[in-house]
Amino acid sequence: MSDYKKKNPVWDWLTTVDHKKIGILYLVSGAFFFLLGGLEAILLRVQLLYPEFDFVGAATFNQLLTMHGTTMIFLAAMPLIFGFMNAIIPLQIGARDVAFPFINSLGFWLFSAGGILLNLGWFMGGAPDAGWTGYAPLSTTSPGNGVDFYVLGLQISGIGTLIGGINFLVTIINMRAPGMTFMRMPLFTWSSFITSGLILFAFPALTIGLALLMFDRLFGTQFFAAEAGGNPIIYEHLFWIFGHPEVYILVLPAFGMFSEIIATFSRKRLFGYSAMVFATALIGFLGFMVWVHHMFTVGLGPIANSIFAVATMLIAVPTGVKIFNWLFTMWGGKVSFPTANLFAVGFIPSFVLGGMTGVMLSVPPADYQYHDSYFVVAHFHYVIVGGVVFGLFAGFYYWWPKIFGTVLNEFLGKLHFWLFFIGFHLTFFPMHFLGLMGMPRRVYTYLSGQSLDEANFAATIGAFLMGIATIVMVWNIIQTAVKGKKAGNDPWDGRTLEWAISSPAPEYNFAQTPLIRGLDAWWLEKRAGNKVMVPAEPLDDIHMPDASILPFVMSLGLFIAGLAAIYSMWIIAIGGLVLTVVGMVLRSVIDYHGYHIHKEDLPAEGGKGK
Amino acid sequence: MQMKRWKNVWRFLPLLSVIALTLTGCGNEQLTTLLPKGEGAEMQFNLMMLSLYVMIGVFVVVALIYTIVLVRFRRRGEDDNEIPEQTEGNVVLEILWTTVPIILLLILAVPTVMATFALDEGTDSPPEDALVIKVTAHQYWWEFEYPDLEIKTSQDLYMPTGERVYFELASKDVLHSFWVPTLGGKMDTNTGTVNKMWLNANEPGTYFGKCAELCGPSHALMDFKVIAQERDDFDAWAEKMQNASSQAATDQAQQGEELFAKSCIGCHAVGGEGGNTGPNLTNFGDREMVAGILEHTDENIKGWIANPGEYKPGNNMPAFGDQLNDEELDALVEYLNGLKVEE
Repeated sequence: MSDYKKKNPVWDWLTTVDHKKIGILYLVSGAFFFLLGGLEAILLRVQLLYPEFDFVGAATFNQLLTMHGTTMIFLAAMPLIFGFMNAIIPLQIGARDVAFPFINSLGFWLFSAGGILLNLGWFMGGAPDAGWTGYAPLSTTSPGNGVDFYVLGLQISGIGTLIGGINFLVTIINMRAPGMTFMRMPLFTWSSFITSGLILFAFPALTIGLALLMFDRLFGTQFFAAEAGGNPIIYEHLFWIFGHPEVYILVLPAFGMFSEIIATFSRKRLFGYSAMVFATALIGFLGFMVWVHHMFTVGLGPIANSIFAVATMLIAVPTGVKIFNWLFTMWGGKVSFPTANLFAVGFIPSFVLGGMTGVMLSVPPADYQYHDSYFVVAHFHYVIVGGVVFGLFAGFYYWWPKIFGTVLNEFLGKLHFWLFFIGFHLTFFPMHFLGLMGMPRRVYTYLSGQSLDEANFAATIGAFLMGIATIVMVWNIIQTAVKGKKAGNDPWDGRTLEWAISSPAPEYNFAQTPLIRGLDAWWLEKRAGNKVMVPAEPLDDIHMPDASILPFVMSLGLFIAGLAAIYSMWIIAIGGLVLTVVGMVLRSVIDYHGYHIHKEDLPAEGGKGK
Repeated sequence: MQMKRWKNVWRFLPLLSVIALTLTGCGNEQLTTLLPKGEGAEMQFNLMMLSLYVMIGVFVVVALIYTIVLVRFRRRGEDDNEIPEQTEGNVVLEILWTTVPIILLLILAVPTVMATFALDEGTDSPPEDALVIKVTAHQYWWEFEYPDLEIKTSQDLYMPTGERVYFELASKDVLHSFWVPTLGGKMDTNTGTVNKMWLNANEPGTYFGKCAELCGPSHALMDFKVIAQERDDFDAWAEKMQNASSQAATDQAQQGEELFAKSCIGCHAVGGEGGNTGPNLTNFGDREMVAGILEHTDENIKGWIANPGEYKPGNNMPAFGDQLNDEELDALVEYLNGLKVEE
């Protein structure tokens, strides 16, 4: 590596193509947006503390609810998932990097460009206010530029997600170490593989929906304007053809994390591994056949509603299989409860409640009552917080040592868990009843005398508890960053390959590509008395990819183009696109030779095999 | 050790307290889905309960295994280094927890599909003698038209009890959703297409209606009321509506009527006359609420006319505070309150 690059850390982070650093970039920016989305949630809940309370007002409330949803899904959960995929999957499959390191970096920078653009609305005349779903014609007729930020910000970050998904598909198919067959892959890798496939098929629907929305808003087309022969329902279909798989895109990797964490802390092999893999794939497959259950009240008729109802109910079967397999992984085990496993074990009853209401929602006649009420708000927070966020927290405590080389404080971790767990249920459990008692969702206030006061008050208190829990977590991170205890290579007595190498992993990951001899490869070697993995190749020079600033430049180009387009500054917008194209051309014409780490420079304990 | 086990019970405490808190009531009886007062809402409530019971059954099984696991299979202390048996799985169990849920879902699916079709029954071609009401949603109010009776009204929906009333739902601007929780589930009002449903109120009463689709800043305030009456009372109301007069009774009301005719009538109709971009005010004096959300007092009416945006942010009615003096406002209120068909 050229020396000048090493000297400047900013330049290093801007140009890195190392999956571990990109993982950290994803995690840091995802955490930032998670805090932002959480703050938005707290403001929403304060507004709903009392009936007819005036705190932020109607217009700001709609911006907050839109940005809370959009931020949490696209700018917090997605990048955090991608952060863990980047940080862990190459290590788990015994690879030195992802298949396309350059594209990996491009994916991250496109995501950040989109995320920043989306949030600029706050400072430039108002954030988007048509809900995270952005239904037309509310979104096409929303005054100001708010929704334009939504359309272009999501479009740009969506491209990043799409190429990230493709990258991980190729990585997992092509980069597995010798002996790492598909049916020996850790569950996190498996679920991320399926998630990447879902991204590949789901995101294009969103891209189309947003593109049509963009044409309607910026160029005067009438795709969704009924008075001109358009049809707003088409947008709903496009959105949910993406939107439902998106739920599984988020939750499947979390399922993968739980599978590994529960197995590790039970000191047992995952119960029913092949059933787990099959169930995950089936959930992903069925996830594309159920989108209309978000649209039962649109008026598509009883035939469509019935078909999609039954398809939706079917998803409960593989999901139930997973729950029981987790329970039986712990059955007969030696279960310990560090913070990572507390979140995993706390996930089970929380998510089961979300699954229960999911089945209840799949019944169209009953859904006519639940739909767009607080019952739905309760349901999807049980799924997304109880499933995805608990998974991200569990993965965060579990893999922190591998990513940063230190261990998070367990006392603060447990405090974080209990505050969050209690706050979570206190916030969202009463919302089921709010919905059943007739409170629609996305309302900035409610009148007194409708028996909605107590449950709303309780929900807001719960939200404060979750806020305090999050502050505890941030404090834990700061403490650990300042004076964290050094972690060993394998602090949890892990089972999978990432625990076989040093913490944090060296930039080349494996000095010698390991030979995989079964499921839970590292556990098998440890039980066989080996201190390191058996290498599959002789020690040799390691070829590394070149760092590049081009992904940043290309993303900057699209950012400029998007921002200028919102203000109809077409010359600047074209300039931005030209910058992106120039980046693409440069990438195509410049030869990247990479560089080598010579075998003499590798540390002695870096895996000298036989 | 024994104490430690009880730690797991704690996690259910907040849950239980919240259940106790919220179950103290089923909500406001004019608004809640839990005390259904209509044929549709009852069908829906029964399915809600059926699915809930099935799901509680599943939850109990999960909770049982979960509790046993957490109590029996804890690691006891740091020096507990025993390696448990590395079980691969169990085919019989896998088959069991695949097939039992499928059977449970079939039990749920059959009545679900039946009810889905039953709720749609007759909506495309209502019986000859059935009442049909056209509902048009606007930002942020509701228009109700009875085409056979040639009546138009807004905000308060009058319907007869004990029969299925058929609705044709549409929207004038953005998507809304028409929801009367105590009588039945919601249906979206879309632009460009007409949706159809029926509601059937078991007993006379006033039921709250809501908009359930985000439609702009005042989405939360897009309330309406359903006033269900015995068929005879409804027929009497309809006849009075058809013959409603807009004649002012007092001098002050007379002045109000002149003011109304100069400006308001461009958007608001009374009887058959007037524009239709704003709510029809034929029976304004009968309404319990002003604009669906404010108590029906003179002060609120004046405040609304002076500055509607203060009460419903983003609504389309201009503020008249600068154009009307207090005397004129009083006159308008007097006139509007006189627009009654009921005693």
